[in-house]
Amino acid sequence: MRPRPPLGNPFQILLLACSFALAGYAGVRLLAGDWRAVALWLVGAALLHDLVLLPLYTLADRAVVRGLGAAGRREGTLYVRVPAALSGLLLLVWFPLISGMADRRYRSATGLSTDGFLARWLLISAVLFGGSALLWGLRVRRATKRRPPAAH
Amino acid sequence: MRDDRPLLPSSPGFWRSPLRGPWFTSVLGTVLLVGITVLFVTGLVSYAAYNPDLSPVNDQTPDKGLLGFYLFAWPTGPVWLYRLTQGVHVTLGIVLIPVLLAKLWSVVPRLFALPPARSLAHALERISLLLLVGGGLFEFTTGVLNVQLDYVFPGSFYPLHFYGAWVFFAAFVAHAVLKAPTAVRNLRRHVREEGDLVAPRPDAPTVSRRGALALVGGGSLLLFLTTVGQSLGGPFRRTALLAPHGGADPGGGPNGFQINKTAAYAGITPADTHQDAWRLVVTGRTGTVRLSRADLLRMPLHSSSLPIACVEGWSTADQWWRGVRLGDLAALVGHDGDPPDVFVESLQRHGAFRRAALRANQVADPRSLLALYVNGETLSPDHGYPARIIVPAAPGVLNTKWVARLTFGDL
Repeated sequence: MRPRPPLGNPFQILLLACSFALAGYAGVRLLAGDWRAVALWLVGAALLHDLVLLPLYTLADRAVVRGLGAAGRREGTLYVRVPAALSGLLLLVWFPLISGMADRRYRSATGLSTDGFLARWLLISAVLFGGSALLWGLRVRRATKRRPPAAH
Repeated sequence: MRDDRPLLPSSPGFWRSPLRGPWFTSVLGTVLLVGITVLFVTGLVSYAAYNPDLSPVNDQTPDKGLLGFYLFAWPTGPVWLYRLTQGVHVTLGIVLIPVLLAKLWSVVPRLFALPPARSLAHALERISLLLLVGGGLFEFTTGVLNVQLDYVFPGSFYPLHFYGAWVFFAAFVAHAVLKAPTAVRNLRRHVREEGDLVAPRPDAPTVSRRGALALVGGGSLLLFLTTVGQSLGGPFRRTALLAPHGGADPGGGPNGFQINKTAAYAGITPADTHQDAWRLVVTGRTGTVRLSRADLLRMPLHSSSLPIACVEGWSTADQWWRGVRLGDLAALVGHDGDPPDVFVESLQRHGAFRRAALRANQVADPRSLLALYVNGETLSPDHGYPARIIVPAAPGVLNTKWVARLTFGDL
């Protein structure tokens, strides 16, 4: 006798069937236009995030941790990670305005210019990294002062 | 030591972060449970605010079927109603992005877990997760791109974002029902170091779990502080350093406030609006009248202080509008006392909302004007000269600019 594949929780199966039915009802309407492109965006968004964005920032973070560790400054990880993460987050969310990729439409529709966005993002980043460097510097100085003179 | 490191992400030992664990994921999941529910409700409210069941010109998703079951006549007060609901929708959506990214990071080992399915129920759940993650990222991405006028998505924003929201929400509700009880239990009992998310061979920590949550919260706070000013207006607009309608106003003086679509963008030329060329055509029960701007100025003029609130989430503080009441224009063509709906047409030749319908309650509100002046000065071309609609609490695009024709009657 071959073992049957287990069914699992019947409540969960019912719940998911109900969810799929609703998603299907909306989904046929979502895909009513250019269905290939929309499906590509839906699935592509998940794949791009899980297989590209997430590995990229994970590797970047590991490189920072390793690099600082190799330099004997592992305690400085957060002082690099926090401003980099915040600056990267702002770039990710406001990329169309910062890069100016929608510049022509934005300019003609709103009467505003995208010129300032790159500069403002760079200034915010400068403040984040600069502030972080300052805090790290202060911490290092305080630690050095606290050390007894014999340690020099 | 290094040789025994597993190479495949399907192996639990591949994942090294000491942060992952049930408590961390549960905190983020609970925040998203509340936040995304608010996003969904305010999104549905925004659709209702367009009065899509009043006329096909207001409805960008006419084949919605049962998904419009909840629609209701949009009220005209409080005047800041749409400012609030849509400001919350867009600002909260932006603020939740770091939480969403952190939540996905915290559960990514499960994406690669083997075997792919332990049971039929588990297989269905994993398919549902594709809709959850794909649908969620799709909604956030289309929203973020739309508010920056970067229309690269495959089709019109309204149907994509509305139907996409229902696909996402279907998966979201199932996920919440299946996982929320576990999340609550994890939070109550402070379950931190058990379960499949905990790395079996973690790296040395560089930050605590609370520290990591503080970073996520800091990201949300930074986005909030650099965005919310575009929905508050006034002096706060300057603080919205990266938001599409933050920073400086497009101009100075009474007409200097934020513009959704300029006259140039809409293809309106000075020849179209010249006093010899432009006539307002008003049609109703007793026939049609044609009015020049001078004719309108001879009618009783009234004032109302009303904001402009856009579907893109930005809004202005109250502006002081002056013009002819829509109710008075209805009375001019035989609808005295009990004005009906009105169909508004702009001089604009292209664009989704060059025609719009307003419901009887909006026409009847004494604050609803065909505005001729703003803040004490003649309307500028970009704000709709010679005349524009302004209705309390209505989404910006229903406040038609460069009005050419008003047709009163039940729609």
